[in-house]
Amino acid sequence: MAHQSGHGHGHASVATGHRKLADWIDVRVLRQDGPGQASYWERHRIPYEPEMNVISVLQRMAAQAKTVDGRAVAPVAWECNCLEEVCGACTMVINGRVRQSCSALVDRLLRENPGEIELQPMGKFPVVRDLVVDRGRLFRALERMKAWIPVDGYFDMGQGLRQSQSAQEEMYPLSECMSCGCCLEACPQYTKIELARAEGETDEAWQARVREAYDLGFAGAHAISQVMLFNAHPTGRNNASERLDALTDPGGIQDCGNAQNCVAVCPKRIPLTTSIGRAGRAATLHSFRSFFDR
Amino acid sequence: MAGQRVMIVGGGLAGLSAAMKLAELGVDVDVMSLTPVKRSHSVCAQGGINSVNDQTRQLGDDEWKHLDDTVYGGDFLQHQPPVKEMAYWAPRVIELMDRLGVTFNRTAEGFLDRRRFGGTLYKRTAFAGATTGQQLLYALDEQVRRWKTEGKVRMFEFWDFLGPVLDDRGVCRGCVGQDLVSMEIRAFPADAVVLATGGCGLIFGRSTMSMACNGGAVSRAVRAGAKYANGEFVQVHPTAIPGADKLRLMSESARGEGGRVWVPRRPQDTRDPLNIPLEERCYFLEERYPKYGNLVPRDIATREIFNVCVNEGLSVEKDRQCVYLDLTHISRHELDRKLGGILEIYEKFQGVDPRSTPMKIFPAVHYSMGGLWVDYEKAADGGLRVGSARNHVTNIPGLYAIGECDYQYHGANRLGANSLLSCIFSGLIVAPGLVEWLAGRNDSTKDASESGRLFEQARQAHQERHDALLARSGGGENPYLIHQELGLVMTKAATVVRRNDQLAEAVQKTNELRERAQECSLSDTGRWTNQNVVFTKALVDMFPIALAILEGALARDESRGAHFKPDFSMPSLRATSPDEKRREAEQWCDDFEASTAQWLRTTIAEWDGNRIRLSYEAVDTSLIPPRPRLYGLVGAEVIEQVWKERQAGRAVPGAGTAH
Repeated sequence: MAHQSGHGHGHASVATGHRKLADWIDVRVLRQDGPGQASYWERHRIPYEPEMNVISVLQRMAAQAKTVDGRAVAPVAWECNCLEEVCGACTMVINGRVRQSCSALVDRLLRENPGEIELQPMGKFPVVRDLVVDRGRLFRALERMKAWIPVDGYFDMGQGLRQSQSAQEEMYPLSECMSCGCCLEACPQYTKIELARAEGETDEAWQARVREAYDLGFAGAHAISQVMLFNAHPTGRNNASERLDALTDPGGIQDCGNAQNCVAVCPKRIPLTTSIGRAGRAATLHSFRSFFDR
Repeated sequence: MAGQRVMIVGGGLAGLSAAMKLAELGVDVDVMSLTPVKRSHSVCAQGGINSVNDQTRQLGDDEWKHLDDTVYGGDFLQHQPPVKEMAYWAPRVIELMDRLGVTFNRTAEGFLDRRRFGGTLYKRTAFAGATTGQQLLYALDEQVRRWKTEGKVRMFEFWDFLGPVLDDRGVCRGCVGQDLVSMEIRAFPADAVVLATGGCGLIFGRSTMSMACNGGAVSRAVRAGAKYANGEFVQVHPTAIPGADKLRLMSESARGEGGRVWVPRRPQDTRDPLNIPLEERCYFLEERYPKYGNLVPRDIATREIFNVCVNEGLSVEKDRQCVYLDLTHISRHELDRKLGGILEIYEKFQGVDPRSTPMKIFPAVHYSMGGLWVDYEKAADGGLRVGSARNHVTNIPGLYAIGECDYQYHGANRLGANSLLSCIFSGLIVAPGLVEWLAGRNDSTKDASESGRLFEQARQAHQERHDALLARSGGGENPYLIHQELGLVMTKAATVVRRNDQLAEAVQKTNELRERAQECSLSDTGRWTNQNVVFTKALVDMFPIALAILEGALARDESRGAHFKPDFSMPSLRATSPDEKRREAEQWCDDFEASTAQWLRTTIAEWDGNRIRLSYEAVDTSLIPPRPRLYGLVGAEVIEQVWKERQAGRAVPGAGTAH
């Protein structure tokens, strides 16, 4: 951001210098009242304030609950929690690009696209309402990949295994994955799976059916990267082959088309394509071994 | 235990460690959470987690000193047995988390690296970059996911806790929850309910807390008769990045790694900070607290930053209060390795690189030391009896509280990197206690139809409240605007500096807002993913807790830890001659003893349906006798001298100064 030149009598210059970019912010939102229903665009207008992000825009819109032509509407639904880009909740498609709405700063968005901000829900997940989507499939992939350390238990067993600084430095970025889903939204091979709950279907039956459908779909870059994280850990390594089994099952690494979009949109700059490359080699080796060990 | 279930509300560090431990002990667990548990507020914790370790031990540290630092830092307001137990478990807690795969930073030789945090002189803090909370939470999330695939844990994510279900003997028999997607309201029978729902920062409007930290679940327990303790003790973190939607934390680890706080000596000096010569900078923490420097306890750092801006007029900016937090003297590589995560946050949200430009920060509401009152059972060694059903139970049998939503460990002020510890520790220790509680529940073989009625009635009551809200006619108050007003009232009256006239006014205003909140109309009356009605309910439930904070602060005429009332503070010594100084110090110690006798007590707030009732309870200080907290006071050495002589004069081995 540009420095503001000091003016007047010793008026403090603000390092982040805020030039007022507009009086009003127009927001175009793609809304949907519920699963399976038609989506529609709606336009809202709120007063510009300095230092806003998309979250504060949505907060102002909720308090106002009116469209640009003054029609009272229900507030736009969206998901968020930490507002500092570590929880992964507030992912949406903003001005055509998938990202976290907390770190999407209005001044930058207006510079990219003067006049208005456009918000859409992620397209690869079923819409729950408005900007809220169901990312259950993403979390299911972590179960599929056994993304955990298989410890004996939680009693006091003394220290963990010693690890080198370089091993930690390799694992740490992978463990920063906050399951936001940006990599999946950007992936051409990751296609939407949306089921409709049947009339009178029990919770258990519905959940089992959803799991089954999800497990045939592509797991995606985040899950592949988690396999590499746990397989690199000195204890996690002990069930590496189970994870590689999962990775070579349908919906596993072979579905990756190497488009490399994932790494470009990851807000945490996780080296996803490095993980995918390594996973590919590990999976190939694993398949050979399994074949000859039969 | 066959067929018995425990409901855990909240899936942060405390809730998940309890879930994982209970599953290991063979108990079936349900977890209810507003968000997918992986997105819980624990992810925001940055700096690290404390324990004594091999290195500090050889420098003279031990668990007792960790206990001492914690109670001294907390101004002696916490019961000491739970803190002792926590300090002694701390090394094992960290070893466990290491085994679970937390990517802790390593030394060159491969051991856990440690940094120094506020309120101690030892490097006790293990850390995983600057995202330690996130890394710890993920490790627990992974273990709980593992138990979920084995059918031992059921997850109810995107569910709101509406209240506990109590039977006619006042025992908690389960809870009522609401699905935030379908809006279904459902009763959950459980043999125990554990609240692990975190802090209540949203009551202050903007804070460092996440949007889920609205205090709603705790308030609903308080409405059902649970006691709320030490509500007035709210930690204001010294260093946060001001923002329109949130005040983002800038971790204490920035100072732990050598960050220095300063302001230009010339008010609102317009020069580039890097061009201001050293002698024209005021490193006010280092100047006033040479021993701890930038790592004084949080309440002190906060007050000093507040003071330098508000009273001394030395804020860096004219229109916005802030001071510099400067890391520019540290190498980029070192900063990236140890603080990468938080520096990226600053860069991302402020558009300025903190590796080359000093950050601008100001204090923000950060942590609730107060919370639900919980019990404990003291063991002969002065710690806790592990496996006692009394540990962490509220005054409602069968209703437990752990993590930030209880009041147990931090007294009047929390030390940095002790919260991750207390959250995980309380989760681990509540589990064996629950096993004992469950074992004692065999006599309660319930009449199925009777308990069926109990749950249906509870569900029905919540359904009616919900339907009535949806049926409100339009044109009433706007819940989002009332929330903003409440935040302003609370921030003005009940944060860094507190004055009785302001607090009394805030109580009145809060009561007015509470009345107005009853008249909220909804802008969404739909029955699907209605965030408007969920927010309105949370807002209405903020008032009992807001009033507990204000009333507690108004009544407490002293300064202790985070609760600072200048009108009732212990002054510095003014005299210059040694004799006169000595006399003043004697008087100071007399005053301190009188004040301790009156105020070293737990505030207990109860809600009678309409207002807060306060009472007080003695604090167990049997392990470490209270002593004055003298950070930065003029004449501290004389006071300390007098104090020590008095203590020596009346020393009775083993006896505390409990009143």
